[in-house]
Amino acid sequence: MIDLDAVLLARIQFAFTISFHIIFPAFTIGLASWLAVVEGLFLKTGNKIYEDIYKMWVKIFAVCFGMGVVSGVVMSYQFGTNWSVFSDKVGNVIGPLLGYEVLTAFFLEASFLGIMLFGWDKVSRKMHFVSTVIVAVGTLISAFWILAANSWMQTPQGYDILDNGLLVPTDWIEIIFNPSFPYRFMHMVTAAYLTTAFSVGGVAAYYLWRKKHVEHARIMFAMAMLMAVFVAPLQLMIGHAHGENTMEYQPIKVAAMEGNWNRGGNKPLYLFGMPDQEEEKTEYGITIPNGASLILTGSRDGEIPGLRDVPAEDRPPVAIVFWSFRVMVAMGMAMIFTGVMAIFLFWRKSLYSFKPFLLWCMAMLPSGFIAVLAGWFVTEIGRQPFTAYGIIRTTESVSPIVAEQVMLSLGLFIIIYTVIFGAAVYYILRLVRKGPLISQRADTYYSHSTEVVGKIAAEDAEGKKDV
Amino acid sequence: MFDLSSWLDLPLIWGFIIATAVFLYVLLDGFDLGCGILFPFAPTDSCRNKIMNSIAPFWDGNETWLVLGGGGLFAAFPVAYAILMPAFYLPVIFMLAGLILRGVAFEFRFKTSGKDRRIWDISFHAGSLTATFMQGVILGNFVQGVEVSNRSFAGGPLDWANGFAFVTGVSLVFGYALIGATWLIWKCDDETQIWAKRVANYVFVFVAGAMGIVSLCMPFIDDKISAFWFTTPNIFYLLPFPVLTCIAFLWLWKSLHSDNDVQPFILTIFIFLMGYAGIGISLYPWLVPFSFTVWDAAAASTSQSLLLVGTVMFLPLILAYTAYSYYVFRGKTHDKSLY
Repeated sequence: MIDLDAVLLARIQFAFTISFHIIFPAFTIGLASWLAVVEGLFLKTGNKIYEDIYKMWVKIFAVCFGMGVVSGVVMSYQFGTNWSVFSDKVGNVIGPLLGYEVLTAFFLEASFLGIMLFGWDKVSRKMHFVSTVIVAVGTLISAFWILAANSWMQTPQGYDILDNGLLVPTDWIEIIFNPSFPYRFMHMVTAAYLTTAFSVGGVAAYYLWRKKHVEHARIMFAMAMLMAVFVAPLQLMIGHAHGENTMEYQPIKVAAMEGNWNRGGNKPLYLFGMPDQEEEKTEYGITIPNGASLILTGSRDGEIPGLRDVPAEDRPPVAIVFWSFRVMVAMGMAMIFTGVMAIFLFWRKSLYSFKPFLLWCMAMLPSGFIAVLAGWFVTEIGRQPFTAYGIIRTTESVSPIVAEQVMLSLGLFIIIYTVIFGAAVYYILRLVRKGPLISQRADTYYSHSTEVVGKIAAEDAEGKKDV
Repeated sequence: MFDLSSWLDLPLIWGFIIATAVFLYVLLDGFDLGCGILFPFAPTDSCRNKIMNSIAPFWDGNETWLVLGGGGLFAAFPVAYAILMPAFYLPVIFMLAGLILRGVAFEFRFKTSGKDRRIWDISFHAGSLTATFMQGVILGNFVQGVEVSNRSFAGGPLDWANGFAFVTGVSLVFGYALIGATWLIWKCDDETQIWAKRVANYVFVFVAGAMGIVSLCMPFIDDKISAFWFTTPNIFYLLPFPVLTCIAFLWLWKSLHSDNDVQPFILTIFIFLMGYAGIGISLYPWLVPFSFTVWDAAAASTSQSLLLVGTVMFLPLILAYTAYSYYVFRGKTHDKSLY
């Protein structure tokens, strides 16, 4: 009855489209808030440098937001195309949460985005600032609802199961504020802010390295480093609290993250290891004795859940969860190290000039994206083999579709996403190379997009009116 | 728990809300998809820039109605969503692919010139055309009904590829082209407007023909539909639909040959409304024709109640700031103002 190939393909296709999608919100959530701060500073101080920075980054924001929108529309239909049985069963519970996301966030973002991008001299400065703030708030509201829905799938509560297998809600507050939601929301929003900070910091480091746009770059770099100093360590604490919460509600996920097979105390922390799902052990371990117990329980002999607590068919794929977790933590540690270095160099008065550190910050540019993706791999693959944890298995969720359909759509998405991702990166890099000074030309209707490229300026010079 | 079902017929209200959301989508994204369909036929690059600029601030908001349609269906009628999405799997995927290709073209096109820009021009046109055609195919299949057993789609992966769906697909392409052209008559001037009028005249004939063919086919799809339309006294109550549509077509023809800029757009909206309402009342009360009515497919009344509160609170707000955004970008789109 169940076509395993179709299940696997549906999972791969869903994982691909949602991973692609999350890259852009992860960036635009932070970028929108940061742009609101920058525009606020411009309004308050009247300093043109803030305006230049805003106008440079709002163009990058436009590209990323557009990518987020088009890949997001896909997501709103993929629940039905790939996981129709799941949609039918849990629609009563998570459907309204997604409905609220559309009503309270998507329209808000979409309408005011138009003003934010194209309305610079169509509305007053204050109204433009208000639009930016509204877009920023919209991204956070959107994150609230989608993470509530996702967290419910991880730690479901506030529902009843009817005889026909359908779920019905019994308490909305319990559903929305389910146990993992506050932690996941904080962790993700903070991750988005850090992703933006390290992107901005990386670009600023590049300018400082090349001694271009130094005035602008110093402001961007300082703001990014402030985030690294204060928010990166904060994220470690939030992540730790999230981990403790996961140990309480999804112990098997934690066991997979730690590569721990047998429940017990005095468990080591694996820095490196090869979890073997068949043999049920983690080999080639480089470990810190008692480390896992100490971190997760606060005492060296604290009890850690083991994968053998449940039958083999109830375990997630261990290796990918184990390794994704290590990648995420490594990125986090590198971010904290960046903050520490920044304090040290600031004290030595060489924050903006110490070349190895600028190089390091350029290398750290993608760290946030990597950490976000790795983190989602941990939490989503760690939830397997269930879609709604403990209630519905992934194999019971899939649509009545044939493998060929999914293969075709997967191929199509891979081609299209590769092309548009490549194009987006290419145009963003061009915007970065162009730098912030371009906006010092007169403000115009579609200035956010038309002034960008050197070629256009060249055409101007040649007197072509055709943009 | 909070429940409005003892006071209100929630499934009926939700059926109406979803139908309204989809209709607003058809109108709003209809004109900007239409612009994409007509795009390569514009006489000059300057025209094409105007077309693009006239819709750039709005397309994202317009497309959000599609998300509301999908998300709303999921929330209010999960089983309908769970049946229809797999039933229309490939058309939905192709539609989404088309929407992606045209959506990214806005930002990418602004950032390029010359040959690079041509790539995004093609992407914009082909994406718009594909998305529209697939929406028409989905509509054509929706009205024919889908095969269902045990709360799931039970048909084959290529059931959607049939003659009637092809006709509705092509019809929708002409329909969107018409509403796109009349939008451009309103928002543009000079050569773009003159061209848009010529296009509207041309497309007009096809839209009228397509609407006639689809209307004539509808009663043959299901006995219930023909019984609904062709029995007394229904036929007298329903007569205004075809009559008003014919009047609107004639008026539109006249209006296209006058100096009125905004009237053709309004009349096209009215024609769309008539066509949409005609399909709507023919299918009522089916949500998954012909196996689930809105009452059969309804989510738990507590779920519908919760989201109804949000809709009543936020939908007027959404309409207000959408209107505000259209107001901010009011007036003719000038190529000059690009500088």
